[in-house]
Amino acid sequence: MNPAFRIPGAGRLSQAKTASFSFDDKSYAGIEGDTLASALLANGVHLVGRSFKYHRPRGFLSAGAEEPNALVQIVRDDARKTPNVRATVQELYDGLTAHSQNRWPSLAFDVGAVNDLASPMFSAGFYYKTFMWPKSAWKNLYEPKIRAAAGLGVSPDRPDPDHYAARYAHCEVLVLGGGAAGIAAALAAAETGVRVILADEQAEFGGSLRFESGAKIDGENGFAWAQGAIAKLKAMDNVRLLPRTTAFGYYAQNFVSLVERVSDHLKSPGRELARERLWQVRARRVVLATGAIERHMVFADNDRPGIMLASAARTYLNHYGVAVGRNVGVYTANDSAYAAAIDLKKAGVNVAAIVDLRDNPTGPAIDEARGLGIEINFGRAVIRAGGKLRVSSMTVQPKNGGGERTIPVDAILMSAGWTPSVHLFSQSRGKVAFNEETRRFVPGTYAQDCVSIGACNGTDGLDATIDEAYAAGAKAAKEAGGKAGKSAKPKVDASESWSRGMLGAAPGAGPDTTVKAFVDFQNDVTAKDIRQAVHEGMHSIEHVKRFTTNGMATDQGKTSNMHGLAIAAETLGKPIPQVGLTTFRAPYTPVTFGSIVGHARGALFDPTRRTATHPWAAAHGAVFEDVGQWKRAWYFPRAGEDMHAAVNRECVTVRKVAGLFDASTLGKIEVVGPDAAKFMGLLYTNPWEKLEPGRCRYGIMLREDGFIYDDGVVGRLAPDRFHVTTTTGGAPRVMHHMEDYLQTEFPHLNVWLTSITEQWAVIAVQGPKSREIIAPLVEGIDMSDEALPHMSVREGKICGVPTRLFRMSFTGERGFEVNVPADYGEAVWEALWAEGQKHGATAYGTESMHVLRAEKGYIIVGQDTDGTVTPNDAGLDWAGGKKKTDFVGIRGMARSDLVAKGRKQLVGLKTKDPKVVLEEGAQIVEDPKQAIPMKMIGHVTSSYWSENCGRSIALAMVAGGRDRMGQTLYVPMPSGTIEVEVTGMVFVDEKGERLNG
Amino acid sequence: MAKAAVKTKAAEASVERRPALGGRAVSAPGVKVEILPPAERISLRAPEASVAALSKALGVTLPAKPKTSEAKGGRTALWLGPDEWLVIDEASNDPLADCAKVSALHSAVGISHRNVAISVAGLAAEVTVNSGCPQDLSLEAFPVGAASRTILGKAEIVLLRTAKDTFRVECWRSFSDYVFTLLSEAASDAAN
Repeated sequence: MNPAFRIPGAGRLSQAKTASFSFDDKSYAGIEGDTLASALLANGVHLVGRSFKYHRPRGFLSAGAEEPNALVQIVRDDARKTPNVRATVQELYDGLTAHSQNRWPSLAFDVGAVNDLASPMFSAGFYYKTFMWPKSAWKNLYEPKIRAAAGLGVSPDRPDPDHYAARYAHCEVLVLGGGAAGIAAALAAAETGVRVILADEQAEFGGSLRFESGAKIDGENGFAWAQGAIAKLKAMDNVRLLPRTTAFGYYAQNFVSLVERVSDHLKSPGRELARERLWQVRARRVVLATGAIERHMVFADNDRPGIMLASAARTYLNHYGVAVGRNVGVYTANDSAYAAAIDLKKAGVNVAAIVDLRDNPTGPAIDEARGLGIEINFGRAVIRAGGKLRVSSMTVQPKNGGGERTIPVDAILMSAGWTPSVHLFSQSRGKVAFNEETRRFVPGTYAQDCVSIGACNGTDGLDATIDEAYAAGAKAAKEAGGKAGKSAKPKVDASESWSRGMLGAAPGAGPDTTVKAFVDFQNDVTAKDIRQAVHEGMHSIEHVKRFTTNGMATDQGKTSNMHGLAIAAETLGKPIPQVGLTTFRAPYTPVTFGSIVGHARGALFDPTRRTATHPWAAAHGAVFEDVGQWKRAWYFPRAGEDMHAAVNRECVTVRKVAGLFDASTLGKIEVVGPDAAKFMGLLYTNPWEKLEPGRCRYGIMLREDGFIYDDGVVGRLAPDRFHVTTTTGGAPRVMHHMEDYLQTEFPHLNVWLTSITEQWAVIAVQGPKSREIIAPLVEGIDMSDEALPHMSVREGKICGVPTRLFRMSFTGERGFEVNVPADYGEAVWEALWAEGQKHGATAYGTESMHVLRAEKGYIIVGQDTDGTVTPNDAGLDWAGGKKKTDFVGIRGMARSDLVAKGRKQLVGLKTKDPKVVLEEGAQIVEDPKQAIPMKMIGHVTSSYWSENCGRSIALAMVAGGRDRMGQTLYVPMPSGTIEVEVTGMVFVDEKGERLNG
Repeated sequence: MAKAAVKTKAAEASVERRPALGGRAVSAPGVKVEILPPAERISLRAPEASVAALSKALGVTLPAKPKTSEAKGGRTALWLGPDEWLVIDEASNDPLADCAKVSALHSAVGISHRNVAISVAGLAAEVTVNSGCPQDLSLEAFPVGAASRTILGKAEIVLLRTAKDTFRVECWRSFSDYVFTLLSEAASDAAN
């Protein structure tokens, strides 16, 4: 079946390649190369959607990316249901399934259209006024209803099964826009040998040459010339062509983001194909050849299906071979609509009349139209369109008033003129300038190394465009390092040219209060809305925009911004440049989340870091917790154990026998150089000069403001070499902090820092049996208390592999931390585990580690401290070098508020009822009977059940805490007030005898 | 000398070495991504005055030019900063021991186990790496021997071009799963 509106012999598609598709469950026939829009039009379908606010029936306004109306849902399968696809850019494939949106129960009969009748309720800014009273209704009634009504289409409710690729690229010349200008610029640049990328949003390059039947270049029809030029570019190694690719963001230093639609046009894309590919391109020079977008005429009911831009009708005819009607009317304020009328007339379509708002225009287009016998009406306006689901007539009146005449039509082609697409130029931070003569904004002041050419630069005529483009391409390439190329500038033999037109509302757009003359189709903004916004006090275009939502839909006002601005300016009585233009922001057209996310989902969302012993822990039933990017073994439940039982058992076993713990994630930094001790002294509160090689010290690092930044045990391996450990979470920032000070404050010191976090796997063996477990595997290290006392480090071998063996404890028990090269970590762990099994040792995780250290009052930076805690607050004054005169934070610590009395200090808390475990973060008060809000004097920082103590234990920051020993304080909770006693921080082995036990 | 020392060490070890992702490889049209065998590595820091002595001891000239490397006898020195080199030894010799003999001011720290090396080889190798690395990897900007500490997606890497169509990607051990997986995914799109 040959669809009724497909004109034999017209267009460029091969009639032989058919594709069937469905729209709202009805099957149609199309041709490969069609867009969904052209295929529907070929079948005479104009009604494709309902508008957002008023649910007005809508058809196609355009044939391109600027389309505000024809948004449909494309459904591939249960998981692939893409809403808001512009039918004008969706390429047809065999089997394509599309549905209309924003209608119920059907497109032709939509209950929501009652909004159109009730439209006085929905005037500009209605959401600021209508839903104000009663106040309580907002939350329960208005907001849920508005949210349900807002948004178009239905989001898919399953995970996106497609994948998205990403690529960085560099080039000397990036040409954005593949019309005549872009192709000419790319040719000139490519001939110099530099890398050129040419991108265009359409499937085929050519831009407006798709419809400009009057263009002839190098003796060929314009579009044919474009295809030849593209073939030539494609054959060049230094050129990359990116069709179906939209440049949507222009960022600093010529960094441009583009999205390539890789497989949305394919019937059944293979799994290996990404759906879309994000290109992030850094270009030495950018050539903007983004063209211009035609504007509609603003008159009453100008949104009826069948009313469209003249260039769109021309594109459907000349490229797709589709007539948009059989009896079309034309309403224009510039010459370009004449070309459409002429092309349609020549193709056998009746042109009922051309209505031209201008008084006495002259020119070849007008002469040709007249010669074809088309009726032309100058100085007249279309004041109204008839019809509802499809336009049926246009009512014409002299523009200064007079008798009306209604002409039956089945389509109206309109053109108010052309708006240069300065979106990307504006995104590049360039400033646009208003040209009073041509009444358009064009690129003014450039902010980056780019150049605008052709229609987007306000250059009219193909001749001038090719001249400008070719020169710009050659210049950009030369500036980017290209050699002089052989000049082969395309020669323009024939050209179409038009400029001017009108901005704002035409006579049929009001001023009465019920006329719906649409400015912004997608957000249902009419001329009267703009006027009303001004009358209600919005004088800045930014306010008018937000009050009316003009230009705020997904089409970003590509067709509406200039009209809206002109109406606002007219109402304000100000010239357009004084009212200003709203800012263009990325993205140029909607971009899928998928393409932004790219590979970064699932396992690649963020690196998941695992230690060397991870497989062993997983095999032994460990439950893992996330600590930053790390997976750490949290606890090792045995059969039948819950978390509490496992942790209780682990904690008791460590103190009775021993436990193995993976401490590999702790940050490790090797500090090397003759000035290493001096540097350590400047970065830590502690003294280091006198620490003997082979010994360790607990170090505290402050920020300049005197607050604790990090802590960790540091071993001195040699006079010029320290092995520093940091907290797990602090590892990268401590390294940066140290490197920052080294490079900016202490560059005179001969010392270097190397991260060795991942060089060493660290196995902590803690408990009274720890030495017996380790000793049999160690060679070359005397393990006696005399030779290897608490807080010392030795280098030797374990299981035949090198080790840095630390004697240290974060449990209060005799303890060791075995450092081995990471690839040996798991095997050494297994060997230690086997030894441990002989004694009944346990593996323990981070939860038990936390409990065991809290039993000893050892702090965890970031849990017991919060960035406002000094060493004195934390009871760590002992770690400071009393005689030291300088270190980072020494002056901060002396600030008056840091030495003032009554600061919060870290203390222990015991609940009066030993079974009650406090909540971490709970607030502490002195008198629970005081009125709310109570005066809070502190908060709980750490709280656990301690099986070893047979009771709960807690650490807390309490104002003047160390002077409150033995005091009773209160923790008010929703379920009742908990009584606590202030105690010291050490709950187990206060004398520290077990370190050698 | 150093060679013998390492061998003895290996012979003495009573536990096996388990390199991260050992042996993993993925092939896609035009590119192969695979984990490379373990190598000896040091992070070398030194002022200009020590460069000659260290170069002599290492048997490879420490490059002074940004984004370059020098290779000799299975040992490669990568320029990472004005006073920083990554030295990779794939011939089982011990660069740490070689530096230990140098009295000139320097810092040499063993990081053999810190890094994992991944090879990306084939005509689509450049595109594969460029899927996550923002650098210009054309042969003009990043010729054979070029080296750079850079990023791949959300991970830091050191990138070395070992041949026209071969890159060595070095990353930290715990990031190797992420880096390898990202390169594998990128490889599947690279030839398209």
